[in-house]
Amino acid sequence: MFSRAYKTAVTLPPLLWVALFLLLPYLLMFCYSFWSVSASQTIVHSWNVDNYGQLLRVSVYWQTLLRSMWIAARVTTFSLVLGYPLAYFLSFHAGKKKDLLYQMVIIPLWVSYLVRAYAWKTILGSDGVMNTLLQYAHLTKHPLEFLLYSPFAVVLTLTHIYTPFAFLPIYATLEHLPRNLVEASHDLGATPAQTFWKVIFPLSIPGVVAGATFAFVLSLGDFLAPLLLGGPSGIMISNIVVSLFGAAYNWPLGAAISFCMLLLVVSLLVFSERLEKKWSFS
Amino acid sequence: MELLVSGTNAASGSRWLLCHAVAVFAFLYLPIAVLILYSFNGEGVGGFPPHHLTLDWYRTLFQDAPIWDSVLNSLQVALAAMVIALTFGVPAALALDRAQFPGKALFRRLVLLPLILPGIITGLSLLMLFNVTGTKLSLLTIVLGHGTALISVATTEVFAGLQKLDRAQEEASLDLGANYWQTFWRVTAPNLKLSIIGAALLIFTLSMDEIAVSFFLIGRDNTLPLEIWGRLRRGITPEINAVSTIIFVFSLVAIVFWYRLQVRGEGAGDVGTEIVEAVEGKAA
Repeated sequence: MFSRAYKTAVTLPPLLWVALFLLLPYLLMFCYSFWSVSASQTIVHSWNVDNYGQLLRVSVYWQTLLRSMWIAARVTTFSLVLGYPLAYFLSFHAGKKKDLLYQMVIIPLWVSYLVRAYAWKTILGSDGVMNTLLQYAHLTKHPLEFLLYSPFAVVLTLTHIYTPFAFLPIYATLEHLPRNLVEASHDLGATPAQTFWKVIFPLSIPGVVAGATFAFVLSLGDFLAPLLLGGPSGIMISNIVVSLFGAAYNWPLGAAISFCMLLLVVSLLVFSERLEKKWSFS
Repeated sequence: MELLVSGTNAASGSRWLLCHAVAVFAFLYLPIAVLILYSFNGEGVGGFPPHHLTLDWYRTLFQDAPIWDSVLNSLQVALAAMVIALTFGVPAALALDRAQFPGKALFRRLVLLPLILPGIITGLSLLMLFNVTGTKLSLLTIVLGHGTALISVATTEVFAGLQKLDRAQEEASLDLGANYWQTFWRVTAPNLKLSIIGAALLIFTLSMDEIAVSFFLIGRDNTLPLEIWGRLRRGITPEINAVSTIIFVFSLVAIVFWYRLQVRGEGAGDVGTEIVEAVEGKAA
């Protein structure tokens, strides 16, 4: 029903824009990753794989990447542990308050990311809310130092920030779950626990996969929370990239790390799509 | 619903769920409560409990010219990014819905990738583009970055709207002699009104708070999040809490506004679901 001219008119402008401002920059990043920096701090446009070799050879790079993945894995786990039961509660037990509670999960996303991260600093600091309360309750004599400037602080803050992202897709799948299946399971004599584990949970797996992907990928690439709250032991891979593009001035090596992250993200997306298709109901 | 809470086991299960929900909400809102509370704290951002409740920080804030300059910059950036994202995002949604062309799968993936890609990668790749082309970093480069990244939001929202659109209306308009341009403005666009407004609001807010992409594309003028970032590194005063509290209140007003609009339009679908479905490849 739509003419060729119509299709061209809606396709061409976004296609060109995306090619210029998304595809070209990614390709450029790929090119940069094969270049190097001379002693006089200029980019040398000679092609070799030294940067990738360095990533494998120098332990600080792959160790930081592994540590970032470990932090992201913990954030993902905690976000799911917090988000899933909440989504289940809203979808099955909240009754008329459902919409209001749903909005209440979204609202924290409207508060500046930076400021929420900073608020955790006020809470976790040595004269902060947490330490004062603990000392007041005589649970500790001296302020607990590990609360701030540690991987713990980074995991806690990122969990706070990405829990709503894990919650959203889980809630969406639970809401789309046909209620007559739940009723049928009950009518056929299953206990609530059996209904949950045999009917509801398997059908909600696509949402869990989507939520986990969001939480993992977004926390993996984070560099602001580690800078604010991480201290030296909480440094993540993106912090190394930031310093390579800044003070350390080694764009090509930074580009190589970024390109590896890009590949990692895209393969995770493809993998989670596969998983979702496999488990999806219909 | 009731059938799941029958029996004592189930009742204790639902009580457990309720406690868990209360705990999660406490966890989500604790930093926000702290943030608002300390905006009135005379002693600064450290220490507990807060002492000397005061409005001084709000007074300081209103006289702080750099903050207001950065707010103005952020508003301009957000508006311009919104225009770019909608100008290219709406046609992109139409293209994904209606056109077949080689490379469509790649196009879809590219357009939607910034939704989930850590901002640092989008920011750095654009930085390299601007560096190679010799473009000077300024608010304009931030606009290009935000606009490009947020096309994804416009596309997902409008694509979801198109899925619900009755195509017979457009067909009728074309049969009755309207051209494509007229049909778009008189039939398609009015039907997509809610999706487009929803996308615009979301793009605006996301741009106002964006920092990872801006971090690399910043020139001489700061956006608000970058101004805050600069001050955070020096150690801040509750003035930052005050400005965040004000923005939070404005956001709440925007949410209520959007929510009422949605209720009037009888559910334009919810943003979360649509974005997730788009990222997970159900679009196209």
